Amino acid sequence: MGTQSDLRWLLLIGIFLSIGLWGGAGTALAQTPDPRQITDDQVNAIAKHLYCPVCENVPLDVCGTQACEQWRQLIRQKLAEGWSEAQIRQYFVEQYGDRVLATPPPRGINWLAYLVPPVAILLGAWILVRAFRGRKHPPSPSTLPQSEHLPPEVVKQIEQELRER
Amino acid sequence: MSVEQAQAQEQQASTIRLRWGRGLAWLALFVLLIILAGGLLRNQQGAVSVGERIPEFTLTTFDGQTLRSADLRGKVLVINFWASWCKPCEQEAADLEAAWRFYQPRGDVLFLGIAYVDTEPEARAYLEKFGITYPNGPDLGTRISQAFRIRGVPETYIVDREGTLQFVQIGPFRSLSQIKSAIDPLLQP
Amino acid sequence: MITELGYGTLAITFFLALYGIGAAIWGVQKRKPEWVESARNAMLLTFPLLTISCASMIYLLVNGNYEVEYVSSVTSNSMPLYLRITALWGGQAGSLLFWSWLMSAFASAVTLRNWQRDREFLPWVIVVSLVTLGFFLGLTLFVENPFDRLWLLPNGIAVKSFFAREGAIPFYQSDGKGLNPLLRHPGMIVHPPMLYLGFVSFVIPFAFAIAALITNRTDDRWIQITRRWSLVAWLFLSLGLILGARWAYDVLGWGGYWGWDPVEIAAFMPWLTGTAFLHSVMIQEKRGMLKHWNMILIILTYNLVIFGTFLTRSGVLSSVHSFAQSAIGPLFFVYIGASSALSLGLLLHRWQDLKTDLHMTSVLSREALFLLNNLLFMGILVICFWGVIFPLLSEIITGQKVTVGPPFYERATAPLFAALLLLMGIAPLAAWRHSTLQTLGKAVWKPTLVSLLAPLTAVLLGVRNLAALIGFWLAAFVACVTLYEYGRAAIARSRTHGESLPLAFWNLVGRNRRRYGGYIIHLGVVLMAIGILGIELFQKETQATLARGEELRLGPYTMRFESLAVFDTADGRNVARAVVSVYKNGRFVGELYPRRDYYYESQQPMTIPGVRSTMEDDFYVLLVDWQPISSAGATFKVYQNPLVNWLWLGGFVFILGTLIAAWPESEKSPAIARAKRQAPLGAEAS
Repeated sequence: MGTQSDLRWLLLIGIFLSIGLWGGAGTALAQTPDPRQITDDQVNAIAKHLYCPVCENVPLDVCGTQACEQWRQLIRQKLAEGWSEAQIRQYFVEQYGDRVLATPPPRGINWLAYLVPPVAILLGAWILVRAFRGRKHPPSPSTLPQSEHLPPEVVKQIEQELRER
Repeated sequence: MSVEQAQAQEQQASTIRLRWGRGLAWLALFVLLIILAGGLLRNQQGAVSVGERIPEFTLTTFDGQTLRSADLRGKVLVINFWASWCKPCEQEAADLEAAWRFYQPRGDVLFLGIAYVDTEPEARAYLEKFGITYPNGPDLGTRISQAFRIRGVPETYIVDREGTLQFVQIGPFRSLSQIKSAIDPLLQP
Repeated sequence: MITELGYGTLAITFFLALYGIGAAIWGVQKRKPEWVESARNAMLLTFPLLTISCASMIYLLVNGNYEVEYVSSVTSNSMPLYLRITALWGGQAGSLLFWSWLMSAFASAVTLRNWQRDREFLPWVIVVSLVTLGFFLGLTLFVENPFDRLWLLPNGIAVKSFFAREGAIPFYQSDGKGLNPLLRHPGMIVHPPMLYLGFVSFVIPFAFAIAALITNRTDDRWIQITRRWSLVAWLFLSLGLILGARWAYDVLGWGGYWGWDPVEIAAFMPWLTGTAFLHSVMIQEKRGMLKHWNMILIILTYNLVIFGTFLTRSGVLSSVHSFAQSAIGPLFFVYIGASSALSLGLLLHRWQDLKTDLHMTSVLSREALFLLNNLLFMGILVICFWGVIFPLLSEIITGQKVTVGPPFYERATAPLFAALLLLMGIAPLAAWRHSTLQTLGKAVWKPTLVSLLAPLTAVLLGVRNLAALIGFWLAAFVACVTLYEYGRAAIARSRTHGESLPLAFWNLVGRNRRRYGGYIIHLGVVLMAIGILGIELFQKETQATLARGEELRLGPYTMRFESLAVFDTADGRNVARAVVSVYKNGRFVGELYPRRDYYYESQQPMTIPGVRSTMEDDFYVLLVDWQPISSAGATFKVYQNPLVNWLWLGGFVFILGTLIAAWPESEKSPAIARAKRQAPLGAEAS
């Protein structure tokens, strides 16, 4: 959790330059020979990042359907056979398609998913910068609101109220 | 260059910018609406419908055999989507197998079982439990089910010799005779 | 009889809306104010009529008239009275009726305001409101009619129809299917009405904006009129989102409060544009700038409201919140297409008229920082929108579905949220028009110094997570700046007025509710940020199967599985309820009762967590599985959610601040307005 969120926050600085990091790196788990030694936590750690097509948008580790239960069993079995997280993920992608991953794998058309928002934001920023650059002359006095000819006691009152704010 | 000329030029440039901006705004709206329409259309379409040609697919069975739908022309295909976690599928499993045994000797009817979002050990156990003998395989990458746009399991698609969909059963078959009555009309010459 | 009454009033209201639209346009075209007045009366009448319709529906629901299809699909004999009433918005058809009713309430309310000064807006405000209302009424009447009855055809098939079918007999059932169990939670009972209220009340500012565009009255009048409407809309929307989060935390049983589900995002998007709008209208009010931008924002907000409703109801996305798919998808699509194209066309048509000569004078001025804030909100909006849309695009092009899940949104929006927090700290210190690094620096350095204490303390307490440290610093920074602003102003006031400090503070807030209410909202955001940082960065979880008497450890907590009971309840549930003892640092802190309810009627399970909640952290237990026969062993999933209570506390403060900001100002209008009233002066101050 820690390293991943550090990563997330490093993006603060180089947010749109580091698109490559979006893929998300999986860490290999230590091999455990005995299936009964695989804890629920080890299974959930992997299941957390997978999505079952039967219950869309619910991560596998909290999904309650029987299909999801079977998937978790499968993860447990594969872990017992010594598969790494990356291998298990790959297996699920082959079996059930890209939709099992939490984010679209960065290839082909999926690049659009990652490129469109930063491009749109940069475009917005560019328009904003132009708006600032666009000012060639400071506002001429004529465009500033003319001081109104108010009776002195009203002006005094206005100033008084402004001070109160 | 006089001030007026410069102003005129500036005016022109801003008009061009404006025109571009307008064009872009309309284009963006148009693209978004197209995407929405596409998604909606796909959603409204429902499954492949009767009278349409079925999408071509390749099924690798649990026995390692590879079946291509294009190679199976000339046979009546009964394509059944199922899953081991699906309770209603169990209701029709025995009837489907009985129907397969009934038609198998003829040689021109082929049953195909496609396991939807299923795990291999559980799927194999299911096949064994119900003694299913016709070719069955996993829906790798959920490609076949997405091509048929199925909504759930079980669903059964019966295809004539030319590869045109002739019958769709959403939900389980209720009896052996129901299966037969769906297949028999396609066997008349 | 009641069914006919409900259906009849619904139909009358629909035709009344059509009449109102026609009369308003006719009145403008032919310059006949009496027609506009008639349209106004028509709009005023929609509310009482729909009230009768809704009341009839509620009567049917409470009375258990199961021959009405909607009643049988959302209620059952075992449901208590309050749930039968709230079942009004528990299904597609009923919630459309409810939506229309709320919309009519706002539409009627707006006719009652004093239109003396802006008569020319009236017909167009009527047209926009009634078109929106008419669309929803049409959907209710022709596509998803909650008053449809069930009929049994001679061949034994039950059909849905309002009017009798030939040869068919009414189909009376003795019991209904019952409300979706997920919707039987207090949070879910209040959450949809709040969201709907937020949605429908944004229609009013939009209607005024469109009226301003059509009549080419491009001054700030529409913004002045709709300021409070927008705040109220935003209040309800915020409340809806917060309640939704709480509901997810309490009921959905995934240990979280926000799953970046497409339908959650659908409600979040109008909130984003609405928030940007609330900030940017201040620039137009103070500086007369950004007229285009404010129009764009309110148009976006309205269309996102419709888009959100479309996403939830059309079945174009599958999601936990989606209603079943129906024929209303294409109709919604046509409506969105028409409304977005018309409003865009109108805006572009008036583009030149909205131009102002005013320009930004300083990159560090408050208006410039507000613009930057708008850019960030729009950035988050783009990410959300694209994340929701992309799976559709991918499916169209490749035929394959993809998932755009929480990691996508979290990684992309986290830096933007952080930048927003930073701005929230700096902007209140920047001056309008002109600020330099020097003046700003002078104002900022003191709060900055104080705020550094927060990450420092965190480091001393052992926090090493960089993201958390930055986050805590930002939260502390905003808090310091806000409190500093309060303190400075209160001290100044107490000096000049000779008031005591608390009194000065009270008067300060009372005198400028919008500003100081806004600051309270900022403080609410700070508290929420602390909670979000806590649960997002420090959440711990574990899962294990325990035999009775066995223990499980998580962080400072130890949990012992004491017993499990499985029983049926009178209201049709099968409940598996575990008893666990919780110890913190070895000290007994209480028992928790995580349970799994299975609803026989709807065949749906529901996982209710057992939660021990403190300001420090929540201990959150889910009953995942159990051995049915011996009830000896059970599987638990356990979360430690640090600081999550701050999120709810922050939500409370947030809503409080919005209430203060939206509360009507005291009757005493500013001196300048009083002076003008006495002697019209012509020139208008900007």
